[in-house]
Amino acid sequence: MRTKYLIIGNSAGGIGAAEAIRQVDKEGALTIVSEEPYPAYSRPLISKYLAGERTLEEILFRPLDFYGQNNILFLPGKKVTHLELDQRTAWLEDSEQIVWEKLLLAVGGKPIFPKMKGSDKRGVFTFTKLDDAKAVDRFLDNARKAVVIGGGLIGISVTEALVKRGVDVVVVEMKERILNTILDEQASLMAEEVLTRAGVEIITGHTVIEINGRETVEGVALDNGEAMPCDLVLVAIGVSPRPELALDAKLKVNRGIVVDRHMATNHPGVYACGDVAEAYDFVYGDNRLTPIWPNAYIGGRIAGFNMAGIPTKYSGGTAMNSLNYFGIDITSAGMPTAPNNDGYEVISRQESNTYQKVILKDNLIVGMISVENIEKSGIIFGLMRDRVNVESFKQSLLADNFSLAFFPRALWQELLETPPGLLPQSAPSIQTEEETFIGE
Amino acid sequence: MPMSVTIERIWSMRRVYVKEEVCIGCGLCEVYCQVEHSQSKDPIKAFKRETPRPLPRVHVERNIEISFPIQCRHCAEPWCVYSCLTGAMHKEPTSDKVTVDMEKCTGCWTCIVACPYGALNRDLNSKTVIKCDLCPGREIPACVINCPNEALILGADEKKE
Repeated sequence: MRTKYLIIGNSAGGIGAAEAIRQVDKEGALTIVSEEPYPAYSRPLISKYLAGERTLEEILFRPLDFYGQNNILFLPGKKVTHLELDQRTAWLEDSEQIVWEKLLLAVGGKPIFPKMKGSDKRGVFTFTKLDDAKAVDRFLDNARKAVVIGGGLIGISVTEALVKRGVDVVVVEMKERILNTILDEQASLMAEEVLTRAGVEIITGHTVIEINGRETVEGVALDNGEAMPCDLVLVAIGVSPRPELALDAKLKVNRGIVVDRHMATNHPGVYACGDVAEAYDFVYGDNRLTPIWPNAYIGGRIAGFNMAGIPTKYSGGTAMNSLNYFGIDITSAGMPTAPNNDGYEVISRQESNTYQKVILKDNLIVGMISVENIEKSGIIFGLMRDRVNVESFKQSLLADNFSLAFFPRALWQELLETPPGLLPQSAPSIQTEEETFIGE
Repeated sequence: MPMSVTIERIWSMRRVYVKEEVCIGCGLCEVYCQVEHSQSKDPIKAFKRETPRPLPRVHVERNIEISFPIQCRHCAEPWCVYSCLTGAMHKEPTSDKVTVDMEKCTGCWTCIVACPYGALNRDLNSKTVIKCDLCPGREIPACVINCPNEALILGADEKKE
């Protein structure tokens, strides 16, 4: 089989690329291969599925007729096992071959599963895809108590779903506080308070070293010798890229597949995006893994334009999250805490139930956190993304009424694209061109 | 209220533009937006009897002598759409309007972090994001037609011409 565009992976990155390609090339044969049997669904919503709040249809990322409407050949439940880059050929498990002109690797990540005695028992799960949520769901009839290993985003989201299903949950976090990769100490503390109030037990500074039971989970043993009975264990330590196909094909791989500012790998015509890719992070000024949904979609979109022959540069992404568990809203982006060397400036503000912080380096915003008071997060994040020097208005960044009106006039006028005819010093020849893509 | 609003068809985007130098910061755009998105469409009833009270999708931003309203820019390249976790936020193919599907929105607020204008807001009752919808059913949005100093102007959609 031949296709102009081959996309391996059917989540945010793959869909982002497919939509960009179809924006500029309506005809070129486009094939999406997915290991999973489902149409694209929202992975972050598998917790809502487990909680019983949403069905599969209700977590679909695009309408059911998406593939037909966009003239996409969708091959669900198929696994690519080998790539022959020079022959531009992908081998599927059933030894079918697909010859491509442009290839995108959007194969995502996999849950980190540490070696642990007893981890092969019934009742031990990970939680990154719909089948995980289905498996946990089937098991819940026999479960009253769960141990969640890992207090990161996945761990806390599955915790909320389990609590909603009436399960008692203990979260075991190896580091000193939960959500430690995206929040600072104060914000973590506020999140912990909310979880504790919801009846969740949080154990920090320890880890599970063994899962006990005969065939099925009966409990866990912590590294301090404490034994804890439970009926199921969720391993939610994090995700790592799935670079196997790329490694096998001798593509340049660091922790993830290394891509340039056009989401291109080191092999012509081969692109990568999403959790499997190590793309440019504008906060760190270097390639990094930022395994979050929006960056996968945006990276995919950039890859898609480039694959379709429209040179488009990725302005970069960085960690960016919005959390809303157990009724608390928290947003964060960039660095959660300032590194321990000179040159960082921290502005923060705390009231009884709210907390806001920005981290600056050379008057550029490199980190932000907001608890509850999240409405202005986008403005702050926009300044971070656009690398705007905020020196003249940094004292206002955390004000209640902070808005674009605090920016220098030229900046907000540019952002609002005030048409020339509306400016007092009328200059009617300037016309904004609307065909710029992200990062251009 | 001035009813003779000129639609200056010179821009490519159908969205609301502001003449900042004539905005007096009165906030009537917010009020009329709330009324437009209320059940009763009546200011007194909307503010005094409707629970929850309808929320405005436009906000007057003020900084001493500067004031201008901000509502969704219906961006050509909308960060909110590209960041949406559920597929709820989308660009309508025919109108180019950025629209949120209330059924799909779960109130994760990722779009709020993505929007550089601060133009999106939480509706904590429905747990969905709310934004400017350019007043479906009206040729000219309520904020534009009710602005006492004609500070708001609807940009035209060139595609339609």
